[in-house]
Amino acid sequence: MRFFEYEAKEIVRKGGIPTSKGGFATTSEEARARAEEVAGAVVVKSQVLTGGRMKAGGVQFADTPQAAATHSEAILALAINGHDPRGVLVDERVAVKQEYYAGVVWDGIRKQPVMLFSDMGGIDIEEVAEKHPDHVGRGHFSTIHPFSEFQAKQVIAAVGLSGSELNRLVPIVTRLAKLFLRFDMTLAEINPLAQLEDGSFVAVDAHMEMENEARPRQQALLSELGVGDEETRQAREPTEFELAGEAVDAQDHRGVAGNVTEFDGNLGLVIGAGGGSLTLFDAVRAHGGRPANYCEIGGNPSVAKACGLAKLVLSKPGVDKIAVMMSIVSNTRVDIVARGVIKACIELGHDPAEKIAIFRIPGAWEEEGFKILERYGIEYADRSVSLHEAARRAVEKIQGAAATPPASA
Amino acid sequence: MSILIDADTTFLVQGITGREAVNLVRECLDYGAGAKIVGGVTPGRKGRDIHGVPVFDTVAQAVEHHGATIDGSVVTVPPAFTKDAVFEAIENGVKLVVIVTERIPRGDVAQMVELARERGARIIGPNCLGIIVPDVIKMGGIGGPARDAAKSYTPGAVGVISRSGGMTTEMSSTLTAAGLGQSTAVSIGGDAIIGSSYAELMPLFESDQQTEAIVIYTEPGGRMEAELARWVTERNSRLPIVAFMAGRFMDEMPGMSFGHAGTIVEGKEDTASEKIARLAEAGIVVAEEISTIPELVRERIAVSSGSTAG
Amino acid sequence: MALFIDVEVDQAVASDASLAAKLAEVCPVDIFAQKADGTLQINDDRLDECVLCQLCMNAAPQGSVRVIKLYDGNAVLGPV
Repeated sequence: MRFFEYEAKEIVRKGGIPTSKGGFATTSEEARARAEEVAGAVVVKSQVLTGGRMKAGGVQFADTPQAAATHSEAILALAINGHDPRGVLVDERVAVKQEYYAGVVWDGIRKQPVMLFSDMGGIDIEEVAEKHPDHVGRGHFSTIHPFSEFQAKQVIAAVGLSGSELNRLVPIVTRLAKLFLRFDMTLAEINPLAQLEDGSFVAVDAHMEMENEARPRQQALLSELGVGDEETRQAREPTEFELAGEAVDAQDHRGVAGNVTEFDGNLGLVIGAGGGSLTLFDAVRAHGGRPANYCEIGGNPSVAKACGLAKLVLSKPGVDKIAVMMSIVSNTRVDIVARGVIKACIELGHDPAEKIAIFRIPGAWEEEGFKILERYGIEYADRSVSLHEAARRAVEKIQGAAATPPASA
Repeated sequence: MSILIDADTTFLVQGITGREAVNLVRECLDYGAGAKIVGGVTPGRKGRDIHGVPVFDTVAQAVEHHGATIDGSVVTVPPAFTKDAVFEAIENGVKLVVIVTERIPRGDVAQMVELARERGARIIGPNCLGIIVPDVIKMGGIGGPARDAAKSYTPGAVGVISRSGGMTTEMSSTLTAAGLGQSTAVSIGGDAIIGSSYAELMPLFESDQQTEAIVIYTEPGGRMEAELARWVTERNSRLPIVAFMAGRFMDEMPGMSFGHAGTIVEGKEDTASEKIARLAEAGIVVAEEISTIPELVRERIAVSSGSTAG
Repeated sequence: MALFIDVEVDQAVASDASLAAKLAEVCPVDIFAQKADGTLQINDDRLDECVLCQLCMNAAPQGSVRVIKLYDGNAVLGPV
């Protein structure tokens, strides 16, 4: 999950790293008060979880509290890439001598965190790494042995820094490495890390992301920051349809029938499991189909849950038919999913044979499942029909249905 | 032969009294020659038995009862307790740990992997279904009940490595239907950090005489495919590899995660299209559909055995 | 209304409090419960969740609990 800049800077401060002065505001009056506290020139920055703030006009400079209030009024009303701002950060404008970069990320190949440091701050680190590799220092560190300052020192010295800069930066990078592990971050970046005219260093902007799986054990930090459980902080906000999908999945604890993502097509998908869903979604699109949604079934959900998911998808405006498909199941039961989706059709007043374009779930309890499908006249397939072939048949059916004028006319 | 496990492999099940673990024990005992599950651990449940497997409070008790080092452990405890369970297994001499549990934070996984490295142990997973050697042994829920696993897996020459547990079975079943058996199939897990990547398992398959080709299932997210491509290029591997890439649609949706926790696209290098290009550069065939895999495998085996003969 | 599964229980079993308690305990999907007077309650809205595990059939005298598959020509689930 991503943090807003004002939260990220708070995390940096909790890690013992100095930041530029300033504060968060949700109204222009609060922004004026924050600017008065800073007592000097400020920068007013939109708090959105998307890039391109500067270009969109979401960052403005103000010399007086009145100007800060005026700018924040405009910024608060400005959506950036479809994101409404959470508020503004009113931050002191610091006199910067030089901008640096300090960051920590996971290296999935080495399976350790890696520190990155550059004396070319203020720009994207990937760009620096590509164009000026000698300006980026790197160092992996252990997750079971205690962190030692020399590890940070080596990374900073690698870009040629020495003198008081080096000695002042070592504790900052050390603290960043430690907070990365302590707070279960997946990304902890200070950019720019600014050296001021007096030689001291402050974090001017920070980007922090925390692992979703760690949220339960990071409750203390999250509640201090005021991050609610309901905030998913995904790349885009969940739609009503997706929230309804979460509610279906939460109705009982048996298995999964969720991870619903909305798309705008006409073929509803009731698919699984993790890898199977990815394969099937691709397969439907490869055959020219337009999925109405993505979802995942797995872990042997109850009939009620499979039914709830199928009902949700069937009720989505624009959905003509659903395709019920999974890779070979060993834990989830074919007959239970079959009951769920048939029940959904019937309870919504549809003929299952007409609404279910294809049912392709081979595996556990398939003999029983196929009996149920036969009883309702539903087209089904066993493992001899590939995932792609099943998807093709579903797409063909729905395109046939769309091409045929309604029989009632 | 096989990699990682064989008919003689002894293992533990940690978290053995959980609902899924009870099923897993039954499945493994019933499959092939019958797995040698020498003990189970659930703290506070010492003295019980699960399908005849004795339950202990600690791994040390299980080792003592067995009277010898135990080769492996299947860990199915809740995410908050997994790190401790894995540490316990490794510190008691277990050399192969299969972690079934999902939703473990990366910080914990990194610690387990690091300890394993220091002790000369290997981790498979987390968030995986385990390992199967067709008709011989399975360690984990892979393939499901013995009767179902027998439908999908047959002995043969293809090594299977997959980031998705379900797709390990789907691909193996497709190979089986086409008359191509498997030497060993490994579900390596869907998380961003896992104990054993493709490139880390390749040397084992490379030295297994039974294995003549590799089939892998891959997804967007992470750099594991780039690592494999590099390995194959540098080592000039004797084994042809056929890959299948799912989740191509995710390239249009950076920052979103689908299917498995590890699939989030965070940079340009971890998109599906970038990975396909890298694999292809290394001479790895990327199949458009699962159903075309057997034919591609046959072609590649013919080419590589032809080149050996010539 | 259940679409897929029906369950018939002999009156002698349904009115026996200890057998009713046993059925309520063994069913993994809560099809059975006990009424206030101790007799058996069958939860119609849970019938379709039946996983065909036969635990109820094994918990009562043979043939006294019958699980019927409505989708299979009303076939009665046979003992293992």
